[in-house]
Order: sequence, then C-alpha cells, then structure tokens
Amino acid sequence: MIRTFSISALALVASMTAAQAQTEIQWWHAMGGELGQKLEEIVAAYNDSQSDYKVVPTYKGSYAETMTSAIAAFRAKEQPTIVQVFEVGTGTMMAAEGAVYPVYQMMKDTDQAFDPKAFLPAVVGYYTDTNGNMLSMPFNSSTPILYYNKDVFEKAGLDPNTAPETWEDVEAYSAKIMDSGAANCGFTTGWISWVQLENLSAWHNQPIGTKENGFGGLDAELTVNGPVQVKHWENLAKWQESGVFQYGGPGGGDDAAPKFYAQECAMYMNSSASRAGVMANAKDFDVGFGMLPYYGDVEGAPQNSIIGGATLWVLQGHESDEYKAAANFFSYLSSPEVQADWHQFSGYLPITSAAYDLGKEQGYYEANPGSDVAIKQITLNAPTANSKGLRFGNYVQIRGIIDEEFQALLAGDVDAQTALDQVDARGNDLLRQFEAANN
Amino acid sequence: MQNKRAIFGAKGLPYLLLAPQLIITAIFFLWPAGQAIWQSFLREDAFGIKTTFVALENYSRLFADPSYLNALKVTVVFALSTAALSMGVALVLALAVDRTLRSARIYSTLLIWPYAVAPAVAGVLWWFMFNPTIGILPYLLKGVGYGWNHALDRGDAMTLVVISAAWKQISYNFLFFVAGLQAIPASLREAAAIDGAGPVRRFWTITLPLLSPTTFFLLVVTIVYTMFDTFGVIDAITEGGPAQSTNILVYKVYQDGFVGLNLGSSAAQSVVLMGIVIVLTVIQFRFVERRVNY
Repeated sequence: MIRTFSISALALVASMTAAQAQTEIQWWHAMGGELGQKLEEIVAAYNDSQSDYKVVPTYKGSYAETMTSAIAAFRAKEQPTIVQVFEVGTGTMMAAEGAVYPVYQMMKDTDQAFDPKAFLPAVVGYYTDTNGNMLSMPFNSSTPILYYNKDVFEKAGLDPNTAPETWEDVEAYSAKIMDSGAANCGFTTGWISWVQLENLSAWHNQPIGTKENGFGGLDAELTVNGPVQVKHWENLAKWQESGVFQYGGPGGGDDAAPKFYAQECAMYMNSSASRAGVMANAKDFDVGFGMLPYYGDVEGAPQNSIIGGATLWVLQGHESDEYKAAANFFSYLSSPEVQADWHQFSGYLPITSAAYDLGKEQGYYEANPGSDVAIKQITLNAPTANSKGLRFGNYVQIRGIIDEEFQALLAGDVDAQTALDQVDARGNDLLRQFEAANN
Repeated sequence: MQNKRAIFGAKGLPYLLLAPQLIITAIFFLWPAGQAIWQSFLREDAFGIKTTFVALENYSRLFADPSYLNALKVTVVFALSTAALSMGVALVLALAVDRTLRSARIYSTLLIWPYAVAPAVAGVLWWFMFNPTIGILPYLLKGVGYGWNHALDRGDAMTLVVISAAWKQISYNFLFFVAGLQAIPASLREAAAIDGAGPVRRFWTITLPLLSPTTFFLLVVTIVYTMFDTFGVIDAITEGGPAQSTNILVYKVYQDGFVGLNLGSSAAQSVVLMGIVIVLTVIQFRFVERRVNY
C-alpha cells in the first residue's frame, strides 16, 4: 500500500516536473527504406499511446549485420533489449540459453496477457521449442509466392487469369511463351535456398533434415538429397540450359527482380513481401499472383509453405522494468490494428488470425486481389514434421553452401545428385561444429 | 647511412617523443592481435557463453578444409593477376607520360583520380557495367558472341574482380613509376642512343634495370593491397562467388567470423594472414633496403 502510494506520488512529481520517469528500451532492427519508415511510425504511435515506456528503434543494417552487432554488443555487455533476427539465425539464438529471454517466459513474468493460440500456427511453429513454448515474437514473416506477367501470358495465348499450378504447367507455359516470342525466358526466382530447396521440400512434404528438420535437437543431420529435391534441381539445371529458367544470383537473387520487371522473364518466385516492390516496378504490365508450383506426381503435394522473415528476440541482462516495457510493447505490436496495418503495407503475413480477420472485414483482400495468396498457401494444410520449418545451427553459412553448390550445378561442374550430396556433407560438418560449440 | 642518425642528449626524450606512436600501436595493433591469437585457440558459441580451449584444433581444421585451401589458391591467383595487370598498365602509362613534355601534368592528374575512389564504390561501378542483366558490357559482348555471366562463370568472375581491383591500384603504381623514371639520368639513355641502341633495347637494358627497386617495392605493396584492401571490391561485386571462386583469404575471415559467427576459425585465419604479411614485410625490408639507395 505504502509502495503503491509512494510510486504514484513519484509519478505525480515526475509528471509535474515534465520530465517523466520513462523506462527506455532499445530495439535494434534491420528494416531499411520504406519498411524502416513504417516501423518508426509504428514505434512513434506506441510511444505516444502511453507515457510509461519509450521504445527507441535503431537501424543496424542488413539482417546479418543486425544479428552480428547484437551478439558483439552482448559480449561487451551493451546489448539492446530487443533485437530483430532473421529466421535462419533462429537456431543460433535458440541454442544461446542464458543470452535470450524466451518471450513466453517474459510475458508470464511480467503478467502481460499473452495467448500463443492467437498466432498463426505456421508462423509460430517456426519459433516454438519442442514443448510448444514461443521463444521469440513474430514480427515480419513472409512466404514465397509466384508472380506472373498477365500481358505476356495473353500475348502467348494463355489465360491471363490462370496462374500455373504445377511445375509441369510452368514448363508448358514457358515453352509457349518463348515460342510465341512474348518473352525470352519462362521464369526466374529469388532465394534459391529458401524458395527452391527449403520451401520446395515443405511444399512437397519432404524432409530436409533428421529430427524433424532439426527441431528435435542439435544432433540433427541435413538430408536435402531426397528424390524430389534432386529431380527439381536437375530440372532447374536443364531449364537454365534451354532458357526456360534464368538464374538471379546467390542469396536473395538481386538480378531476378529486374528480369521480371523488364519483362525478360514471364514468371517470378519470391517473398510475398516483394509485393510492394513488384507493384511499384511493374508499370507497363499487369501482375497476377499464384501459389508456388508443385510436381503433380508427388503424393501429398501441395502441403503448406514455410516462412521467412524475422522475429524479435529479447536479450538477457536488463532490469525488470525494461522487460515490462518490452512485454507491453509486444502486446501492442501484435494487436490486430497494428498487425493488419503492417501486413497490408508491407506484404508480410498477418501474424495473428485477428489481424487477418480485420483485413477481411476492411475488404482489403477484395480490393487487392492476390494479397491473400501467401496466407492461403501457408495455411493450406496443418503443418507436418516436414513443413513446420527448420532449425539448424550455423544456417547462415549453410545457406551459402546451398548457393555455391547450385552455382556449381548450373556451371555444369556437378550433377544435381552430387550437388545436393555435397550440401549435406558440407552442411553436416558445420552442424557438428555448432553442436560441439554449444554442448 | 650514418647521416640518418639523429643525436639526442638525454635518454628519456626519444622515448617520450615515440610514446604517442607506441601507445597507438599497442592499443590498436598489439592488443587486438593478441586477442586474435588467444581467440584462435578457443572454440566458442556466438554469444561467448560456452568457451572451450581447443589448442590448435582451429588451425588443423583450417588446413584440412578444402574451402580454405581453395581460398589460398584463389588469393595467389588474384594477387598475382592484379599485380601483373596493375603494374603492367601503370608502367606503360608512366613511360608514355615520361616521353611527353607539355601535357604530362594533365595526364598524371587524370590518371591519379581513380585512386581517390573507395574500393566499394569502384566495385559497384564495375558491377554495374558488367551486370549480366542490366550492364552495358555484357550487352556489347553478346554482340561479338560471348555470353558474359560472372554470377555463374568462374573465369568471368575472377576477370572482373581482377580488373576492378587493378583499376584502382594503377594510379598508385603509375605515380611511383613516373617518379622512378624521372630519377633515371637522361645522360645514360642518351649515351645508349648515341651508341645506336633503339628505344626497345634502351628500355630493356637501361630503364627497366634502373627501375627495379621501384618495381620491387610496388610488387610488395600491390600484393599487400590485393590481400587486404580489396575486401570492398569482392564484397560489392561477387561476395566471394560463384562457388567460392573469388573467395580470397581476407573475405573468408569476414564470412566465417562476421556472417557465420565462427570466431575461433576466423581468428585462426586472421593469425595466418598476419603471418603472411609479416613475411612479406620482412622480405621487402631485407631485399629492398639492401638494393636501394634512397
């Protein structure tokens, strides 16, 4: 009683002197450009909405740079309270017990109302531990979809309102497009690793590793050399040879988007969050949207796709007031209004069902056809052990290996089977090192 | 040599005068270098929570790793090609300037310009010109029947990074070559000319041997440049790809340490690099100091 009184008295004094005793927390993020501006708007709105806490967002560069600087800061004991980490850093963050403060734990410790069931299972599944506890706060999650050029489809004598469904369709449509001279190439893609290997596997309900794709423990091994993956990479190499497919470069595939914008390639697979960029750059043609293609002869396909993007992790080593601030801010972030706004602006998935419902109520999806392809695709079926995501340590480097082996395949140095065997062998070596360093 | 030595009366004064430089060296070189050496004996998770002393395991793993051996090979090819290209072109340009009289200054100024360009900017410039999708040069090359694609072709990628790295270093080499050429007494060449030696013969028998101290100095400097200062070029153009064909040692240190967060291995790699530089520096001083009269 006395404490409550003294606190409110303090608050009164503080407000009278106009220098409020706010708890300030740092949030390091990797959202540049328009996304960064939007993020700062969201934070500013939060800071204006209440007077107890203040969130200070800082742009730290790319995802890899943000994660590295947070880790370096942690080693120097100068870590921010909240840091945005991309999905492939998840394995590293999860293994760092003692460095991260699990979100479910923080919400409980600070008495913040928190219902994990409100979030989309496909999103949350990626970030929960084996006991079903949410370790980080989903913020910007996306999934790859197919964009296509309606004008080129029409010129080639295809129905501009029908997206290809299967890879067989993609091949047949591409042949028609190239023969008719409507475009020089059938399709291109960003993110070979994420789209044409990880999502390909989930979409066909194929494992990419043992122990439920690494969810079951640090001793998991990569197994990306299954028949479906080998067949697909074989096809990609073949299609690259015949011009059906054009390679857009390693990592995110920087050269892929210009090929689609310049109408060189008729189809383009990339993150649903590329939507804003596609709409802004596709000035001379209409864009259609579709789900990722699948192989018609694979049983269980299409399953559901998996996410990419980033979540917010809370780091240890701060005062309890700061965690209260973080918990309060997380509640604000996942509120339907904020989520729906962020999702509609950016093309990232709405992370809660409530945000999705709000968008439906607002009539957003009817006004913007194709904007709900991603969410339909990711919730197509209940996730299986093969399609809830992946969790491997050192995965940033493993992604690099996937790119390298794919390049070796396209250069004709190795065949698809060897390339994927190599990914497994080299990746497993990194996984063993990670296991050794974290045991 | 004797006249270079300064005479100080008090013993303390020279140390005092040296102190600022020594402190800076200790803080910014010796301390971090020592930390790198210590780190190279450890295996640690990214956050530094669990640390194990593994003695030389990071090193043995390194030299058993095909990708590290590949990086060594790539570095040698890259360093030698860049040195050959940048020094060859610089020498030709310097000879040309040495022969012209009136316009030499303008040429020199223009040729020195690229040196002021930051490596990353130079990288982006070349990347843009050679971009397989939107670049002008692949478009022209297609006209003569060559399909340029440095995103896939190892040879193309190496050629491109060598050109961009050399382009920047030409200016520096050019300056030294011009200075070196001007230091060669004209009477020597004139005497040879009177004896009937043609320009080509004069170059090979008089100019080049007299330039050799400059050439050797530049060779060492350029190789050190290609090994350390070309990070920006590689990062902006190829990021070490395709399939590690342009992944030079210093870029691999960054990749493994800052992207991959494998600090032990990264530290071991930087210690190896430090060893290479020390060797190069020793060679330079041993060899150059003995041969050159300043």
